[in-house]
Amino acid sequence: MNTFQYHLAGNTKSAKDAFQNHENAKFLSGGMTLLPSMKHGLIAPDHLVDVSRISDLQVLEETSEHLSIGAAIKHDTVAMSAVVQKAIPGLAYLAGQIGDPQVRARGTIGGSIANNDPAADYPAGVLALKAMIVTDQRIIPAEDFFTGLYSTALEDGEVITQVKFCKPLQSAYTKCKQMASGYALAGVFIAVFPQQEIRVAVTGVGSGVFRWPEAEQAFLNGQTKPELQRDDLMSDLHASSAYRVNMAQVLFHQAAQSIHHHSS
Amino acid sequence: MQITVNGQTHDLVVKDNTLLIEVIREQLQLTGTHSGCDTTQCGCCTVLMDQVAVKSCTILARQAQGTSIQTIEGLAQHDHLHPVQEAFSEEHGLQCGYCTPGMIMSTVHLLQRYPAPTDEQIQEGLAGNICRCTGYVNIIKAVKSAAKKIQEAKA
Repeated sequence: MNTFQYHLAGNTKSAKDAFQNHENAKFLSGGMTLLPSMKHGLIAPDHLVDVSRISDLQVLEETSEHLSIGAAIKHDTVAMSAVVQKAIPGLAYLAGQIGDPQVRARGTIGGSIANNDPAADYPAGVLALKAMIVTDQRIIPAEDFFTGLYSTALEDGEVITQVKFCKPLQSAYTKCKQMASGYALAGVFIAVFPQQEIRVAVTGVGSGVFRWPEAEQAFLNGQTKPELQRDDLMSDLHASSAYRVNMAQVLFHQAAQSIHHHSS
Repeated sequence: MQITVNGQTHDLVVKDNTLLIEVIREQLQLTGTHSGCDTTQCGCCTVLMDQVAVKSCTILARQAQGTSIQTIEGLAQHDHLHPVQEAFSEEHGLQCGYCTPGMIMSTVHLLQRYPAPTDEQIQEGLAGNICRCTGYVNIIKAVKSAAKKIQEAKA
């Protein structure tokens, strides 16, 4: 790994200061993507600002309409949290499907969404659940947050403090895992809100997470195989784009069935 | 920086880009923790950090500041192997043994969470540990046997 200077931030302000006072700095949270990327020489920051111990980023809070998860909260904590399991079962399930146990013990929700890997799980939940990404500067709706392959609306030095989810009536996540890495070859999150508002978000299939309007309509009228056409479908050595689209359709069907099953 | 390993607290000087596994293997000479893939996939380097299984090849030593680490060397008490170690030996849950320290540390964590795990919980609990020899059948047997041993010791 390249040499760099490590800075442990005690609060959001000191994290920001450390970032802004140093050239070529990166925020470090769980490090589950950042450190392997540095080992591979894909990036070589001169400064790492560790935000994972900032107490404000560890808050998990439920209100009547929202569930807020601190940016430095680990996947395993979300998966095992009785509060999350009750408020948004699909989200707790999603967190428990990320990577493997050791990765879930370190990786954080803030790190995952800031990285915005096209095959990451959290973006599907964040987009389907109308989440607000709260930063030290502003509140960004999920719709505007994910801007493409590994890209987000975050500005340099902007720190995510929490992700504020809207509590749905029902939720379900289904996923087809790439066997070696655990990343999603396809992942489908369905959230059901009052007044028949359905949101379906798909990860692993395109160049970034996206909503799937045909599936949202299909959920309401009981159709099982909604069309999925996009011009940014992913295809790599793990799966062709046709395979991914087919998996998304299968996963949508499974997630929809599990929701219908619970409501009947 | 200060770190506690197998109950002993150390004050160490580390470079900022030193990995936790390098501290364990090179500075503390605890070579039971193995480096396999060095890419967060194989789990050979698994240790417990504050009682949770983590991959020590993907944690900076500085990130482990102030934590309590347990390695494979910290499991046996005096001359008695830990029940998970005993079970892996008795059930022949290894062949070449390279992945075994990581398998055992993950199993210790798994059994803390699920004292009587189902097959699915075992498979999911060891999903971060790869063995290229055994086909996993005896590893799963060993986990079940270890669970039984721990239950019986408590009864």
